[in-house]
Amino acid sequence: MRGRARFAFGMLAFGYAFLYLPIALVIVYSFNESRLVTVWSGFSLKWWHALFANEAMLEAAWLSLRIALVSATGAALLGLAAGYALVRAPRFPGRTLFGSLVVAPMVMPEVVMGISMLLLFVGSERLFGGPDRGFLTIAIAHTTFSIAFVAIVVQSRLADFDRALEEAAMDLGATPWVTFRTITLPLIAPAVGSGWLLAFTLSLDDLILTQFVAGAQSQTLPMRVYSSVRLGVDPQINVLATIVVTIAACALILSGWLTRRKA
Amino acid sequence: MNSGPIVRIEGLTRRFGPIVAVDRVDLEIARGELFALLGGSGCGKTTLLRMLAGFETPDEGRLFIDGQDMTDVPPYRRPVNMMFQSYALFPHMDVAANVGYGLRRDGVKAPEIAARVAEILKLVHLQDHARRKPSQLSGGQRQRVALARALVKRPKLLLLDEPLAALDRKLRESTRFEMVRLQEQLGLTFVMVTHDQEEAMSMATRLAVMDAGRIAQIGTPHEVYEHPASRFVADFIGIANIIALEGGGWMALRPEKITLSAARPALPQTVAGRIVDVAYEGDRSLYHVETDAHGTMTVSTTNTSRAAGDAFARDQPVWLGWSDEAGQRLEA
Repeated sequence: MRGRARFAFGMLAFGYAFLYLPIALVIVYSFNESRLVTVWSGFSLKWWHALFANEAMLEAAWLSLRIALVSATGAALLGLAAGYALVRAPRFPGRTLFGSLVVAPMVMPEVVMGISMLLLFVGSERLFGGPDRGFLTIAIAHTTFSIAFVAIVVQSRLADFDRALEEAAMDLGATPWVTFRTITLPLIAPAVGSGWLLAFTLSLDDLILTQFVAGAQSQTLPMRVYSSVRLGVDPQINVLATIVVTIAACALILSGWLTRRKA
Repeated sequence: MNSGPIVRIEGLTRRFGPIVAVDRVDLEIARGELFALLGGSGCGKTTLLRMLAGFETPDEGRLFIDGQDMTDVPPYRRPVNMMFQSYALFPHMDVAANVGYGLRRDGVKAPEIAARVAEILKLVHLQDHARRKPSQLSGGQRQRVALARALVKRPKLLLLDEPLAALDRKLRESTRFEMVRLQEQLGLTFVMVTHDQEEAMSMATRLAVMDAGRIAQIGTPHEVYEHPASRFVADFIGIANIIALEGGGWMALRPEKITLSAARPALPQTVAGRIVDVAYEGDRSLYHVETDAHGTMTVSTTNTSRAAGDAFARDQPVWLGWSDEAGQRLEA
């Protein structure tokens, strides 16, 4: 029994090390004094200072954050509607096709989506004179490909949702809309919440699709990082990675806490 | 106030694809009844109940509740409440919020909701559990919350879908009495669906036995048990020996109406046989007796003395006897 427990813990430690050692290294190296990303020469906060003085990087981060907030919210609303329709709508012709179409963006190459999005925006610019490529077009593109993720999470939560709960609400006098608002939505809120967080994360680090639809003026954080890496990295990248990891970890803990509290 | 039946159903039919779940059912239920829909799985009893609640729309026929045509009225506008088999308690609300949900939907003021919720919780002995979540309650407590939630709006009709099925045997028996007490105390009409004939017999004022979407027989428990209308009903309710009669037709004979003895009894009808199986149940014993005349018959004896359970053994030759009025003649 002892030996087996030790073995299990060993496996666990190995798994976690595999997953998180690179991240831990990045965090440690963000406090490095050296100019070189990979050589440790002593503790220092100078790259933290450098990053917070780096206007271009901060501006890119702020843009990415705003896009992520807007597109995650849009995707959560549309994905909720799509997931709900997929589970709850009575059988309609083409339902299977609709179901596949919703999740298609998950498997579609991003390059293809990027080109089609670009064509759409160029076309609409020609026809309607807008929208200008930048914040709005990036947010729309991110929303489009995040919907699938929210829809899937919502769909799987609704699939094992006890329909009797909704019937009970209606039986007690709640109209379908009130039933949705007071029973269904509160109970699937954790799923919508984790879908939102997923969409937020996807938007925050998307590079390929963004490059197609971003105009000349807008540079998101991944674009900025990517171009600066090509010019040669400095440890500011480590600092940036540390901040992003912290935000993601907070989001995860929050979503876990939300899920447990509602259940 | 309308004095006609609280429920009137005319030719109600519901199909699911090629299956006719409920087939041209006519039914009237009077005020203050505790009416049971009894039948095996797939007999249409649940579909009929769901049509009363408004969750299923009939394909044909009309449905009147308190004289008003409710056939096409959605569930949230019917003066009817339902207690679900799974109880369907809202897991994100505490007991008081669950029970008050229906009152809140009707726009009742908060202080009145609180008063009525407290009153009904007291009635089901849950006044100390108002702040608990459903997950913190036992099975029996959840059942009572579900009942309170369905009763608090004082519906004209309370529908109960297998109300006791999820309880263990001991609790089921005490809850039966409790529910009959509540029904009488509140003077409401209950319509209950059950597959458990014992439950239907002991609680209902009247019951309908359903088979393949149709009502096979309606009557008081006594009528249905002692005067079954068909072989199906006789066989479904309790145990019945179905004996083919000379000159056509059948007779249903209940095991307790038959006398079992070692010597030929002085009764108008007698038949000789041999015991092939004994089931000792404590209060009574069931015997399977192989007879030449009627095949294997089931006989029961009440174990009124402590030695009675040992009186007959397997393979013992015995006599069965019964009076002329013991059996019910069946046409179908």
